[in-house]
Amino acid sequence: MIEYQNLFTSVRAVGPLHSGVPLGQGNFRRDGSPVSFPLAARLGMAQIGPIYLGGLGVAALFLGLLSFVTIGLNMLASVNWDPVQFIRQLFWLSLDPPAPQYGLSLPPLNDGGWWLVAGFFLTTSIMLWWVRMYTRARALGMGTHVAWAFAAAIWLFLVLGFIRPVLMGSWSEAVPFGIFSHLDWTAAFSIRYGNLFYNPFHALSIVFLYGSALLFAMHGGTILAVSRFGGERELEQIVDRGTASERAALFWRWTMGFNATTESIHRWAWWFAVLTPLTGGIGILLTGTVVDNWYLWAVQHGVAPPYPPVFGNMVDPAAVQGVKP
Amino acid sequence: MTLLKRASALIFTALAATLLAGCERPPMDSTQIGYRGTGMEQVDNPRIVAAKQQANVIPEAIDPGSPDGPKARDVLQNVQVLGDLSIGQFTAQMAAMTAWVAPEAGCNYCHVEGNMADDSKYTHTVARRMIQMTQNINANWKSHVAETGVTCYTCHRGNNVPEQTWFQPLAQDKRADFMGNRNGQNQASPLVGLSSLPADPITTYLLKPVDIRVGGTTALPTGHVKSIQETEDTYALMMYFSGSLGVNCTYCHNSRHFGSWEESPPQRTLAWHGINMVRNINNEYTVPLGKVLPPNRLGPNGDTPLVACATCHQGANKPFYGVSMVKPWIGLQSLSSAPPAAAAPAPQ
Repeated sequence: MIEYQNLFTSVRAVGPLHSGVPLGQGNFRRDGSPVSFPLAARLGMAQIGPIYLGGLGVAALFLGLLSFVTIGLNMLASVNWDPVQFIRQLFWLSLDPPAPQYGLSLPPLNDGGWWLVAGFFLTTSIMLWWVRMYTRARALGMGTHVAWAFAAAIWLFLVLGFIRPVLMGSWSEAVPFGIFSHLDWTAAFSIRYGNLFYNPFHALSIVFLYGSALLFAMHGGTILAVSRFGGERELEQIVDRGTASERAALFWRWTMGFNATTESIHRWAWWFAVLTPLTGGIGILLTGTVVDNWYLWAVQHGVAPPYPPVFGNMVDPAAVQGVKP
Repeated sequence: MTLLKRASALIFTALAATLLAGCERPPMDSTQIGYRGTGMEQVDNPRIVAAKQQANVIPEAIDPGSPDGPKARDVLQNVQVLGDLSIGQFTAQMAAMTAWVAPEAGCNYCHVEGNMADDSKYTHTVARRMIQMTQNINANWKSHVAETGVTCYTCHRGNNVPEQTWFQPLAQDKRADFMGNRNGQNQASPLVGLSSLPADPITTYLLKPVDIRVGGTTALPTGHVKSIQETEDTYALMMYFSGSLGVNCTYCHNSRHFGSWEESPPQRTLAWHGINMVRNINNEYTVPLGKVLPPNRLGPNGDTPLVACATCHQGANKPFYGVSMVKPWIGLQSLSSAPPAAAAPAPQ
């Protein structure tokens, strides 16, 4: 009897290592010869490599490294080049954007100039990496869905660090490079602009983020549950729907009356994932540029409900006549 | 295989333990303070509160002396404050101050031995000014201290200098000013809850009447230009308040809209007066006293110690959890009448 095995079982099928399809003109060669690394089979394919770096990959990695080192050296300099303190305080250290008084002008290097330098290198690196994603997909004759999903994340990155600061007329509105400092920025941003939870695009972004997690769990759970019938061999299931797909579909029709198909579930997932940073980016872009206080905006538009004034009629003491300063 | 599993189990246990090490163990006490469903609640760790309650107890009562008898100013020399007290009350007040501020050094911490009227010790000058400060707080800042009032012990607690005072930190040594600017933040400052927020909100806000409010006041932009950096400054100040009083944001604010007074708990008004009171104390009393302090009492920048919320509150939402100890001490309750014309003016 034929026993079906998949990568989640303890038996692993080993075939000849594969270098991939031949590359057309204008391509670099792939680097490294493929090796089989059995431990990797616990997470994915056992075959590691070859990797295609190419001109774009090398340039993107180089610029990304420059940005990383610029940020790291600034952090190291801020603890007087003490490696122990660098590790100890790493989560607190930060490379901050220019102070508000500089607006969009070029500040001195140590007053935010390095932030601009690091940001420029990082942005260029990410853009080049995006082009690489696109061209590699094309070289394989694939669609460019991954590149466009990546572009959605780049949109949010650009809104936060470039588009919105330019519209606001100040680099100081942008996010610092640092673990805790960027979290402080997030909290301060919400406090300054009247509670981001009342921003409908922030709400949409959360819907798509949580929705992505839900879809991921539903899809992953479904496929794992039918992998004993060969369900994870999705291509075959699309061409010739077998008992795995039938059962998976029937399960969801039983439980919620409707089922996605083996193909459409990936569209669901892709759109939910892409719409998360897309809507989030719109929400950030509108904050400060066209809305100054999202809570007051929400009250005006009937989004935020009024609650009974349980604390009595509190008034601003600064507005009361005769009160000390 | 088993070895791998054992190793990973060990690693995961170690990681989980490391992550949890920063947490306080449950259960916590949660008290609803606002309308249901709005998250307006005060969360306390009962074990920490118990320890704080033990640390915030008023000392044994001291006999405040009899109001009968001649006035201190008529009997003693160079009495510029407290002169209206009877000699019995005056002596009791001096004894109480010794117990509250200099229990080990005794009278001679401030007075020259053998000549109690001598002004030559700086501590004597400071003590007189501090009495005026206490009188000013109790008489003119009832908007913050109400009838509870303050005494020397509220801040000093048996120490010559209150434990919770603040010096301005040394400016960062930027060397060639080429890279590594910390912007006065990005350090785990205990003052701002170990966050990477600006590390010195006291100097920023509690000396000069700088505008603390940062949130937008209209739905759409109308020229309100508070920056993210100013917001972080305010945020840092609020973290300091929170730590000084041992309370959450919701003690004073409705977190759905921090700026709204209509939806804020009444404690926010008390805090607003407290901010102004602290500014007044620092500008009128502590900073001017920097001229008489010896170098060992000054900060790393040669600056005077500043007071702020924690100086009195010391982790409690009300100092001594609201227990008043000022009532018997009538000398501390109102400003002393002007000293006789012959006396030197109080040091500024």
